[in-house]
Amino acid sequence: MLTMGKAITRRRAVAVLTATLLATGLAACGNSDTGETPADDGKLTLGFSQVGAESGWRTANTNSIKESAAAAGIELKFDDAQGKQENQITAIRNYIQQKVDVIAFSPVVESGWDTVLKEAKDAGIPVILTDRAVDSADKSLYKTFIGSDFVKEGKLSGEWLVNETKSATGTVNIVELQGTTGSAPANDRKKGFGEAIAANPNLKIIASQTGEFTRAGGKAVMEQFLKANPKIDVLFAHNDDMGLGALEAITAAGKVPGKDIKIITIDAVKDGMQALADGKFNFIAECSPLLGPQLMDLAKKVKAGETIPQRILTEETTFTPEQAKAALPNRKY
Amino acid sequence: MSTSKVRWAAVTGHSLFWPVVALLALLTANTIYRPGFLSVEMKDGHLYGSLIDILRLAAPLILVGLGMTLVIATGGIDLSVGSMCAISGAIACLHISQQPDQNALGGVLVALALGVGLSLVLGAWNGALVSIIGIQPIIATLILMVAGRGLAQLITEGQIITINSEPYKAVGVGYLLTLPISIFIAVGVALVVAAVTRRTALGMIIESVGGNAEASRLAGIRSARITFLVYVISAVCAGIAGFMVTANVSSADGNAAGLWIELDAILAVVIGGTSLAGGRFSLGGTILGALLIQTLTTTVYAMNISPQTALLFKAVVVIAVCLIQAPAFRAKFARRGPAAPAAPLAADQPKEQVPA
Repeated sequence: MLTMGKAITRRRAVAVLTATLLATGLAACGNSDTGETPADDGKLTLGFSQVGAESGWRTANTNSIKESAAAAGIELKFDDAQGKQENQITAIRNYIQQKVDVIAFSPVVESGWDTVLKEAKDAGIPVILTDRAVDSADKSLYKTFIGSDFVKEGKLSGEWLVNETKSATGTVNIVELQGTTGSAPANDRKKGFGEAIAANPNLKIIASQTGEFTRAGGKAVMEQFLKANPKIDVLFAHNDDMGLGALEAITAAGKVPGKDIKIITIDAVKDGMQALADGKFNFIAECSPLLGPQLMDLAKKVKAGETIPQRILTEETTFTPEQAKAALPNRKY
Repeated sequence: MSTSKVRWAAVTGHSLFWPVVALLALLTANTIYRPGFLSVEMKDGHLYGSLIDILRLAAPLILVGLGMTLVIATGGIDLSVGSMCAISGAIACLHISQQPDQNALGGVLVALALGVGLSLVLGAWNGALVSIIGIQPIIATLILMVAGRGLAQLITEGQIITINSEPYKAVGVGYLLTLPISIFIAVGVALVVAAVTRRTALGMIIESVGGNAEASRLAGIRSARITFLVYVISAVCAGIAGFMVTANVSSADGNAAGLWIELDAILAVVIGGTSLAGGRFSLGGTILGALLIQTLTTTVYAMNISPQTALLFKAVVVIAVCLIQAPAFRAKFARRGPAAPAAPLAADQPKEQVPA
């Protein structure tokens, strides 16, 4: 009997410990600020759910939002979804329960948001989409979408290429490194680029594959592209990081990036700008992450009941190697 | 029955027969799609070709798989290996990035030592949770799987640390005797693990603990120590794999490095014929499984299968391999003759969980 009693206490102790550890483990993953209902001190509370920290671009975006919230005197509740939609939905539900004033988020994927957005609407909390769009048919589910025009970024990239190759007579073989399958930037950049190069029948995309927006992914895919296609003239990567990974694959294949294979990317993060200034990339369409100040401004307007446009664009440009050299010293991210 | 028939039955009945067939089938499909797939040429003094890419990229998975095999052999599982990859790679790259001369061998060696050291600590944490406190392995390692990514991002401060260090880069993309250095490291670790487990009684002891930890303890084996040990080995293997993953792209990405490698490793172990219930294990099988999985990934890129269908394609191949490998499944479809002997009964019976 004694041993059995001992066994039970031990088992219970283990169970309690497991639960505690699990709780700490889960708390560590959420990064979520699970504070109490905001005190009514007139201070605006903004709940923000970030995609994750998958790239330097995203980190700059996060920093911009955190800094401008502090500067604007807005109380920010920040959650990192670590690239998972279910985390993001949980975070938004938490914000609804905490009765924040405004919810903003960058959707991980485009679809599947109707239910949770409806919940926010029913609770009377306005939602602002940042950086990435959702494909909900009901536009009343969110107040506005502030962010880059990914189709335009793809289009600018394609137009540069069309201009660059207007004197080319033969076929120009293009390979494409897509972003995460199903994500808005991947879908839209592909679309914009495709539309722009349709103007020139010589331009042909011979292979297109996802590199998951990561350097390792870009490199692994490019290695096989290079082996499967003896003649590649242009690489179009949906972000700088995949382009940087592909650079290594191109060098390892004995080709000169920027010369043998022209490289077009999107984003303009520091490492990418450096590659452009070094002549390894040929063109970058900027996708600016510094939308914090604009977002805080919008949150205040929404709270005050002002009407705002359904679509707001972030200010962006494009870079050639010369422009990159000039811009590089002041690059924040 | 003639001898040739008996011999054939012995070959097809071998646990690794079907994974080998699947691997050859994939390579054949690639060759049909592009005849040059198997060709390997000399470039810059080393071999160059898709097969070499597969070897180089499979190396981290082989390493993680080896550690996972030992853990699974004790009836446990280690979900935290992907995060360990990210952590060790991050700490190594961080140290190198702080050196005045990133190409100095001393700094790189310290960086590697830091990574291995941190892996040892984290492995000991996992081992202690499982063997001393007695938490279910899947829960115990889930903690580090989730929190470890956060730790890796703390180390990199959420940024991607880019380094420019030739000695470190060599771990991922360097060549030795015309072959990738990473595959030498993976094979070297495999040989050490094989020697330690198969030339000494350790392997049998691990299998015994996996079969029944309490019975092993009563037979005089220190089960808790063995359980602790395999988690430390697994962590160190994952740590070294982390060096390869980050050296491959000369940058540490806390978010993406080693992401989902734990699932690939578990898959490699299963394809290699090691039972998830613990007990018998096969190191060779795991290596073969890792090569098969990497070949599958490379096939998707080489044959340019659209990203939308790539996951389905992988799933179908994996399910086919797992099903055809199962004796019970094959017996159902055998045209004649008696059914193949069922899987060992011991593996099917629920085991008593013993908190060390």
